[in-house]
Amino acid sequence: MSENVIETEGLTKVFNKHLTAVDHVSFSVKQGEIFGFLGPNGAGKTTTINMLITILKPTEGKASVLGFDIAKQNVDVRNVIGVVPQEYTADEDLTGLENVLLCSDLYGIPRNVAKERAMELLKLIELTDFEDKKVETFSGGMRRRLELACGLINRPKVLFLDEPTLGLDVQTRTATWNYIRKLKKEYGMTLFMTTHYLEEADALCDRIAIIDHGKIVVVGTPEELKHSLGGDIITLSIKENSDVSELIRTVEHVKDVKNEDGSYRIKAEYGEVTAPFIIEALRRKGYTVTKLMLTEPTLNEVYLEYTGKSMRDTEESREAFRAQRITMRRARQ
Amino acid sequence: MSETNHVSKSKVHGLWALTNRELKKWYKAPVVFLLTIIQPVLWMGLLGKAMNIGAIFNTSSIQLPSLNPPLTPQQLLQLGSFFGGLQSQIMQSAFNTTDYFSFMAVGMIAFTALFTTMFSGMSVVWDRRLGFLNKALSTPVSRAAIILSKVLSATLRSMFQAAIIIVVAIAFGLHFGANFNPLNILGVFGIIFLICMGLSSLFIAINIRSTRIETPMAVMNLINLPLMFASNAFFPINFMPGWLQAIANVNPLSYTTDAVRQLLIFNTDYAKLAFDFAYVGIFALVLTVIGIVLSWRFLNK
Repeated sequence: MSENVIETEGLTKVFNKHLTAVDHVSFSVKQGEIFGFLGPNGAGKTTTINMLITILKPTEGKASVLGFDIAKQNVDVRNVIGVVPQEYTADEDLTGLENVLLCSDLYGIPRNVAKERAMELLKLIELTDFEDKKVETFSGGMRRRLELACGLINRPKVLFLDEPTLGLDVQTRTATWNYIRKLKKEYGMTLFMTTHYLEEADALCDRIAIIDHGKIVVVGTPEELKHSLGGDIITLSIKENSDVSELIRTVEHVKDVKNEDGSYRIKAEYGEVTAPFIIEALRRKGYTVTKLMLTEPTLNEVYLEYTGKSMRDTEESREAFRAQRITMRRARQ
Repeated sequence: MSETNHVSKSKVHGLWALTNRELKKWYKAPVVFLLTIIQPVLWMGLLGKAMNIGAIFNTSSIQLPSLNPPLTPQQLLQLGSFFGGLQSQIMQSAFNTTDYFSFMAVGMIAFTALFTTMFSGMSVVWDRRLGFLNKALSTPVSRAAIILSKVLSATLRSMFQAAIIIVVAIAFGLHFGANFNPLNILGVFGIIFLICMGLSSLFIAINIRSTRIETPMAVMNLINLPLMFASNAFFPINFMPGWLQAIANVNPLSYTTDAVRQLLIFNTDYAKLAFDFAYVGIFALVLTVIGIVLSWRFLNK
């Protein structure tokens, strides 16, 4: 068997015959890595995950998880994956332990095995003291850990995490990631995750794919992606109203210029040396630079480079929005 | 590759777990549990005792016009028993029993079944909104088990409530039919099981795609009371206007209620009872199949 745990080929999902949420996506995830899936809202992240975890059927294309075809062998896929959804799905009225055992029943795990595993998991995520408390008393971080335990009860080979730290404060996010790392080490899984927190993706992911408008725009390690920007980013504004992109482009070492509503985003090598030349070039033509900022590329820059800076005021599904709102509210409890 | 993946191959694994999840939400929440007990009692008190239709025909409160020559005490007594007899005859011919309370209390059972099953539609919407549905769908649990667990939990709840109603009705003075046999109670549970299977499948099928909680609420408000009053639960069908009779005669709640009455308070007409069971049984079967097929389709997008 290949060492690729997830493979997709031309994976496509079209909703209502004309809304293409995922558009011929092909990528692969290697055994044991943490694969991050980044992209703006509505880019197709959740749709892709939902196809991989077999709750949506692809319109076109193929994908396999651990060699099982997601469309034809969906039950086999479900048996070997774990899912930690964006939402808090644990039942408020049940206790922590009851929730984990409920999940184990969905996998048809015999009760004696399930109990043993549940206790082990609760210990790993340090919820043993709360196993008999109703979930309604849990904090956001505790709920998130409980979701982890539920997602791991069937000893999955691949764990899917959809926005695992959405809405949590920095301390809880850090702690949550420590638990995830611990569990990954303990069970030797492959992780497929989406997140909006780019610094998290940078620190955690072995490889990252950026998806936008249903297409994968780039895949690579965080280092590769930062390198691919080919230098530093200079952001500047001028007093005058005219477009000076062409002028800036003539300066040596400038690789690319984008005019984003009067603010110029310049990609340049040796940024700290090039910046003075740009100012000089502009001044000579009578323009006044009002603002200048030099940044070394971070994953934020990579992300903005590939997905553009403009906000996405796309119409988001009410369902997705509401789910996110509920998640945020519960996280802050 | 997978060394210790204990996975049961049974198709129904998880069915009981999911059903029990629904039931736990109910019996582990004392307030909810108490309310489900109080609700039928309250309705029974309001509709059965307040709407005391039998009292309308009670002649003792009516002042007879003075006749000339005045009636002798003996004639008066005869007249009284004549009107008294007339009252029970009217009741008997209209309601098939002399006691409206018994008539209505039994109708309450179908009413409660209708209310309880409607909530199964709502719980589907909640599970979708809170993400539990997707979570369950990502596990190997059978899609049918997800739907059936809702149907089953609503059914079990209704059966529990029916038991409460019967107990309370007896305490309030339910008149059993002449050939009542304690085993008939099992028949009552049988017919409730059938109607609840049918109704909750119906409500789940209506709501399976819905993402907003307002939809099931609107559906409930729209069809709940009409469905109830266009049945024989509170009032005999043959006194209704023709168009309403037409609805009441196809309304499965009418047949449910009739079956329960035949079993508990009427002189059992076995032919009618058999027809009631057949009608509700087919209703349940058809709707359960439709419900499961539709849900299956929408859950496997």
